[in-house]
Amino acid sequence: MLAFAVFLLVTSLYAPTFLSPGNILDVIRQVSITGLIAIGVTFVVITGRLDLSVGSMLTLLTVIMVDQHNQVGPAMAMAITLLVGALIGAVNGFLVGYMKLNALIVTLAMLSFLQGVTLFYSGGSNVNVADAQTTWFRFFGRGELLGIPAPVWIFVGTAFIASFFLLKTNFGRGIYAVGGNETTSRFSGVQTQKVVFSAYVLSGLATALAAIIMGSRVMGAQNTIGQGYELTVLAGIILGGTSLMGGSGTIWRTVLGISMLGFVQNGLLLLGYPYYVQWLVTWMVIILAVWVDLAAKRGKVFA
Amino acid sequence: MSKTISSAGFQGVSVQPKPLRRTFMLLAEQHIWVFLGLSLLLFSLASPYFLTLNNMSNLLTQAAFIGLLAIGMTLVMINGEIDLSVGATLALACALAVGLQSSIGVWPAIFVALCSGAVMGLINGTLLALSGMHSFIITLGALIGIRGIVFIYTGESALMVEDFSYTEIVEVYLGPVSLTALIFLGFAAFFQWMLTCTKHGREAFAVGDNAKSAHEAGIRVKRHKVINFVLCGTLAAIAGVLLSMRLGTAEPNAGKIWELWAIIAVVLGGTRLQGGWGSVWKTVGGVLTLAVLRNGLSLLNTPNYIELMVMGAVLVLALVIDKVLGFGHSK
Repeated sequence: MLAFAVFLLVTSLYAPTFLSPGNILDVIRQVSITGLIAIGVTFVVITGRLDLSVGSMLTLLTVIMVDQHNQVGPAMAMAITLLVGALIGAVNGFLVGYMKLNALIVTLAMLSFLQGVTLFYSGGSNVNVADAQTTWFRFFGRGELLGIPAPVWIFVGTAFIASFFLLKTNFGRGIYAVGGNETTSRFSGVQTQKVVFSAYVLSGLATALAAIIMGSRVMGAQNTIGQGYELTVLAGIILGGTSLMGGSGTIWRTVLGISMLGFVQNGLLLLGYPYYVQWLVTWMVIILAVWVDLAAKRGKVFA
Repeated sequence: MSKTISSAGFQGVSVQPKPLRRTFMLLAEQHIWVFLGLSLLLFSLASPYFLTLNNMSNLLTQAAFIGLLAIGMTLVMINGEIDLSVGATLALACALAVGLQSSIGVWPAIFVALCSGAVMGLINGTLLALSGMHSFIITLGALIGIRGIVFIYTGESALMVEDFSYTEIVEVYLGPVSLTALIFLGFAAFFQWMLTCTKHGREAFAVGDNAKSAHEAGIRVKRHKVINFVLCGTLAAIAGVLLSMRLGTAEPNAGKIWELWAIIAVVLGGTRLQGGWGSVWKTVGGVLTLAVLRNGLSLLNTPNYIELMVMGAVLVLALVIDKVLGFGHSK
């Protein structure tokens, strides 16, 4: 956190526009897609599981969103996208929650499977929204409300709702319980299978929301549009200090982690480095952040 | 094997199961070879071009790259760790081998490329030993970071070899088997031997099964894991150098998501993510099964989305079989 503050300060010295309100809003708008997915995946991670399928899920859902927009109009298309997102999440959730299969492998298989479904659906070609300039669907990715971009509203709003569910409801407490100690929570009457299942459905729904924004922002979809998102999302969650072992973490930590990644990337670009330098820096930031977090918890630097 | 027989034993008395049951259990434990046999049979019936010497030789060469990654991954996964950075390490070695040869010569360039793999493995292993972070996080970071290094080095465009005699180094065949495939099979045999017949190999299972008791039994757990990460990185670099020889170019995106294919192959071979269990030999089975599926499906002219869907389905199927047969008692 301290290192991050120093980074912000140094960067703003060299690139004066960095901490201007316009740029800050820009960064938050840029991270809103990864951020939305990360909010969903946070539920899964707190239960002690992983979801690696969100990247190719984002691709498929964006393709569906854009294609259906041309066929049945924006409102129906959005409903279909959300439904398919929930459905994919439900399949993941069934395999991991009820069948008790390894989450890493199941969602890895889903990653590959959904890539196939995407190519099958689109026939390998890119799709574009036909009436990109006139449709009201453009609001979600390009619109503004009270001077703040719509994706930011959706991102922050979802974060509030998700945070409320996680901290204030029985469902949320169940999520923490399952991640903390699955056996204990089962014996205390938590329906662990159902909790894991719902976490994956939420992850699917959040990805569908992200796909709606993505579709609206780009007004088209390539077959690789979401590639690699699963890793960025995980990097952000880890950076926020949520443990992959489960049982701890909050939505706000995830939002913070994802935003930190966004600011680092944006800052490096403003300083004039090529975009791929940010990957090298991301590596160092992840290692440092997690190590410092771990060292603080156990009270010494080395294991 | 011993585990399953004793679990079939009746109230503590170890009974040898009946021959039929024993055969079934052997087949169940070796199910990857059954998978491989079935898919070989299926595709030979479906396509006349499949079971030809030429295609088989090609298939082995194609399998070798993921195969080398998967061997290293097996070692690391028996330790209960994971290495997500092998695809990026492969790309780095590939880029260095091609990029440096005009300035320092072919063999020094290859040497530097191999060293880069060892160094990346060393960084991962050392971070693991020093910080106590989970290897998933460390190598996830490395996957992103090393790819960044590759891009910084190549600058977004593919590097080409200037002297194409470089690509002929690997054009050596022993009968129908290419040098690349021989290197893969050679390393597989070596590491299978290492796992079963050396101290380091036996310790690998002990460390993966229970790191704490392994430590108390006097095994230097951290050093052990560092060695395996270095081996894993070096094997990835070897795959990278071989790839550069096969293609004659080094693309900065080479090997992207290959780490996932390697993990899929290892898991198909029955190695547990929890550690303490696995064999390089069965990983080879997993690698070959993947290669047969990909090769066979493309020979049948199926669009590549079918291939991706079949991969996903096979992987889940492998997990379910593993579970149903009772070997998958997860911790």
